[in-house]
Amino acid sequence: MTEPAAGPARSARNGLTAGRSLPVLAVLTAILAIWYVAAVGMNAAWVRDQAARADTVLSTGELVRQTLTLDRPVLPAPHQVAAGLWEGIAGQRITSKRSLVWHGWITLSATLAGFAIGSLAGILLAVGIVHDRAMDRSVMPWAVASQTVPILAIAPMVIVVFASAGITGLIPKAIIAAWLSFFPVLVGMVKGLRTPDAMQMDLMRSWNASAGQLFWRLRLPSSMPYLFASLKVAVAAALVGTIVGELPAGASAGLGARLLSGSYYGQTVQIWAALFAAAALAAGLVMLIGLIERLTLRRMGLAR
Amino acid sequence: MGEAVIEARKVGLTFQTADGPVHALKDVDLRIGRGEFVSFIGPSGCGKTTFLRTIAALETPTAGVLSVNGMTPDAARRARAYGYVFQAPGLYPWRTIAGNVSLPLEIMGFPRPERQRRIAEVLELVDLSGFGGRFPWQLSGGMQQRASIARALAFDADILLMDEPFGALDEIVRDRLNEALLALWAKTGKTIGFVTHSIPEAVYLSTRIVVMSPRPGRITRVVDSPLPRDRPLEIRDSPDFIALAHEVREALREGHGDD
Repeated sequence: MTEPAAGPARSARNGLTAGRSLPVLAVLTAILAIWYVAAVGMNAAWVRDQAARADTVLSTGELVRQTLTLDRPVLPAPHQVAAGLWEGIAGQRITSKRSLVWHGWITLSATLAGFAIGSLAGILLAVGIVHDRAMDRSVMPWAVASQTVPILAIAPMVIVVFASAGITGLIPKAIIAAWLSFFPVLVGMVKGLRTPDAMQMDLMRSWNASAGQLFWRLRLPSSMPYLFASLKVAVAAALVGTIVGELPAGASAGLGARLLSGSYYGQTVQIWAALFAAAALAAGLVMLIGLIERLTLRRMGLAR
Repeated sequence: MGEAVIEARKVGLTFQTADGPVHALKDVDLRIGRGEFVSFIGPSGCGKTTFLRTIAALETPTAGVLSVNGMTPDAARRARAYGYVFQAPGLYPWRTIAGNVSLPLEIMGFPRPERQRRIAEVLELVDLSGFGGRFPWQLSGGMQQRASIARALAFDADILLMDEPFGALDEIVRDRLNEALLALWAKTGKTIGFVTHSIPEAVYLSTRIVVMSPRPGRITRVVDSPLPRDRPLEIRDSPDFIALAHEVREALREGHGDD
């Protein structure tokens, strides 16, 4: 009664990563090239106009050089955005109002607070929906409806309502972030908590397991892969929500405020720098969750 | 036959479906004594799995009386009277083999040292000692199914209900597991209800073979096995075995006459 154990069928991961860097570099190069061409094209009109007013004729080389070094270009060139980013991150004291680190931290703290509230709400609602048929019927339609309302319409109302109660700063933004981030967690966890099949439910029943035991030992562990997938979506949504919450008039701090003031004063480099800072923040958060996911699933023996 | 562990009188089960009622079981009379090995065989839809599930209180009969250990099936389930083995192992991928065997013990509140003693004991019984620390995906299908049998044995219920436990395995592995199951039965003296599609498997394993037929699901014949309890695999070439297999096949054909 002994058959050989199936060998540990670990996937050959290293082989994959080696062949992956070349395509990534190629795509990156292509994007930069298109961006430069677009920057020249979109800024050329202004440069030509200026030259005509000064009654000078520009050589092609001079035209290109000027389109890529404008103070307030229509589309800043990649190196200008990079310089703006560097200036915003490393060129300031981090307590300065011009520091992207300072604005980034304001946004990040509201994002994390909103993400925590939203994820917790999503998980709790999912638990309720899975266990209670009445909740399944009554909560889900409202959850779906909540996401069909444009966040741009909701955000100013939330800000105004909270401000009238004397609450400003982190909390109203976190509420908007939570509004966006609870939904993916809710949908993912409802699906995840329902993954155990009839046979696994029957087994638990045959052991006369209580509802609590069924939840902690079967439903919750089964839902882990779904939880992490939805958390990744949720954290990115929370960041979007926070930034949208920073847009309404009055906000003076956060990446959203930075975007807004950039667009008031035509500081396109500032807008793009703030955009990239936000994107980097989102990527960092998603990667962090990915790391926690890998550690958790490996501990659970689910990662192969 | 000894005292009755499972007793069914006129048991019926009708499912109400959109296409009208489906008679999964009708007038099932059966008495299973302590320590018996009873196989249920028949074509798909004959109610053999449904009957096993009613014993386990995973389905509720709509007619007749069914008792398990002198109780209603549901009371017996709550008293943890049986271990159930499904066709698929159904091991939790996030638990090791030992962790999977431990699961029912944790649910039933066994203290840790007792759990560990029992895990070691049943893994030994299914010849998986030394594999306790592995995860299910590191084991072959046959080994996984043995682990699921160990899990069903861990809390030492005196009834073992098995629903085509070897149906998804190849013939060679199945032979070996059949032999091991008989050894395990001899050692533990459990009462076993075993659902199968395979005539040789039913004849090789059982003290009694219950032949069932569909529409409505019912028992058409109960065949007593004259084979000795000690059965090497070679017994399958003996005249007694071949005659018994023939009898079961005839009974299956009778029940199927109108199809």
